[in-house]
Amino acid sequence: MDSCDTPESTPRQRASSRLKDYFIGATPLQKRLESVRRQTSFVPTPPRRKIPQCSQLQEDVDPQKVAFLLHKQWTLYSLTPLYKFSYTNLKEYSKLLGAFIAAEKQKGLAVEVGEDFNIKVIFSALLGMKGTQRDPEAFLVQILSKSQLPSENREGKVLWTGWFCCIFGDSLLETVSEDFTCLPLFLANGAETNTAMIGTWFQKTFDCYFSPLAINAYNLSWMAAMWTACKMDHYMATTEFLWSVPCSPQRLDISYAIHPEDAKALWDSVHKTPGEVTQEEVDLFMDCLYSHFHRHFKIHLSATRLVRVSTSVASAHTDGKIKILCHKYLIGVLAYLTELAIFQIE
Amino acid sequence: MLKEDCASELKVSSVDWTSSALHLCSPRSLAHEGISHLAKSLPLPSSVTRPRIDLIMFVVNLHSKYSLRNVEESLHHVDATFFLGKVGFLATGAGRESHCSVHRNTVVKLAHTYRSPLLFCDLEVEGFRATMAQRLVRMLQICAGHVPGLSALNLLSLLRSSENPSLEDL
Repeated sequence: MDSCDTPESTPRQRASSRLKDYFIGATPLQKRLESVRRQTSFVPTPPRRKIPQCSQLQEDVDPQKVAFLLHKQWTLYSLTPLYKFSYTNLKEYSKLLGAFIAAEKQKGLAVEVGEDFNIKVIFSALLGMKGTQRDPEAFLVQILSKSQLPSENREGKVLWTGWFCCIFGDSLLETVSEDFTCLPLFLANGAETNTAMIGTWFQKTFDCYFSPLAINAYNLSWMAAMWTACKMDHYMATTEFLWSVPCSPQRLDISYAIHPEDAKALWDSVHKTPGEVTQEEVDLFMDCLYSHFHRHFKIHLSATRLVRVSTSVASAHTDGKIKILCHKYLIGVLAYLTELAIFQIE
Repeated sequence: MLKEDCASELKVSSVDWTSSALHLCSPRSLAHEGISHLAKSLPLPSSVTRPRIDLIMFVVNLHSKYSLRNVEESLHHVDATFFLGKVGFLATGAGRESHCSVHRNTVVKLAHTYRSPLLFCDLEVEGFRATMAQRLVRMLQICAGHVPGLSALNLLSLLRSSENPSLEDL
């Protein structure tokens, strides 16, 4: 789809460059159609992805401020663009959402034993959580319980946390108009009832749609390869894989743990192109693990379903749960998740 | 197992997910009786006498990389003349995206490499299975030469979609 400089470009390339010229200055809808058309090119090119590196923007992020994002299990959702969302109205949104939650709780829809009805909602911007300057700012929503005792006027404990972000979301950003804010990745930690309530409020207020983001085995093996490829000073956790064998009557789970340095050594032997990960390398990496396992246990892991991948960088479960362990590669992990979220929206 | 039915209708009752190839043979008789054989891999044992094979459908389960490997291995054992319209690929399991280990593009590329049609069908769903069975029987009839005026090679060129560029355009 690049502009054709050489005279011997094929008719198809010439047609697509003409198409591209036509779409400069087109409406968002036309841009969207063009991007969809681009994706359905019939000759599939194997994806190449960059190994997560410490990006320039990440240097500005204070590790203390984002420390609360690490070591927590987040449930992933993909979110369509928010209509008429404004970063200046965060305080107002806090009040509105707080009132909504109080009303819902009084309706008796989500009553938990011993729950404190004094809830405070805080919207805050998360600075630095973006891939490029074009990405919209990430923001955070927290539900805190207000302390009942008058003597304590400090903030109560955090009951629920959710944050919205967009890392390298260029493919989505160029197809939406000015009124929309694109934050396709939503991560939630806390009670499911709270997530549902907050989801409902956002859907009503900003005309968006949440859907749970599942990670299939194909993407999990990509994550395993990319995270193993990350350079780490010291490894905090073993590299572990979990497969689910579909057999009746009971499900059988196979867990395979490797020493992280061995995994890195295996990756280094497979890796050819510097700075990038290709489909062949991912397949080869996984095939090495499968054949090693087969040699010892005579089980074909490739016939089972990869359900969980856990490395020192992060761990991911197929149900859409993620835990990030290393702040250095936080942006890299989120970039891939954003890509999956955008793919699901489209 | 795929069972034969005298009314030339393939009834699929259950499919073994690890199997990756099935053969459809048809005798020259006008009774239009389709016989199908299910095989896990090729080559078939040569000790058994069997009727002429008219169509080979390779079933790839997108949930399992193992089935893809199996199909790739088996493809080496297929005689080259079969690829003139008598081979097809059937990808199953695309409906449950969260369970997929094999990317859709991988099978598309495989079918493209072997110049054979690729069909997608979720064999776990009853309705889709029945429809696909009817479609396969039709393909089988053409490949066996039971449809006058249409050969396997004609069918192949008809099934190749117009978006799909041929090798010369790449």
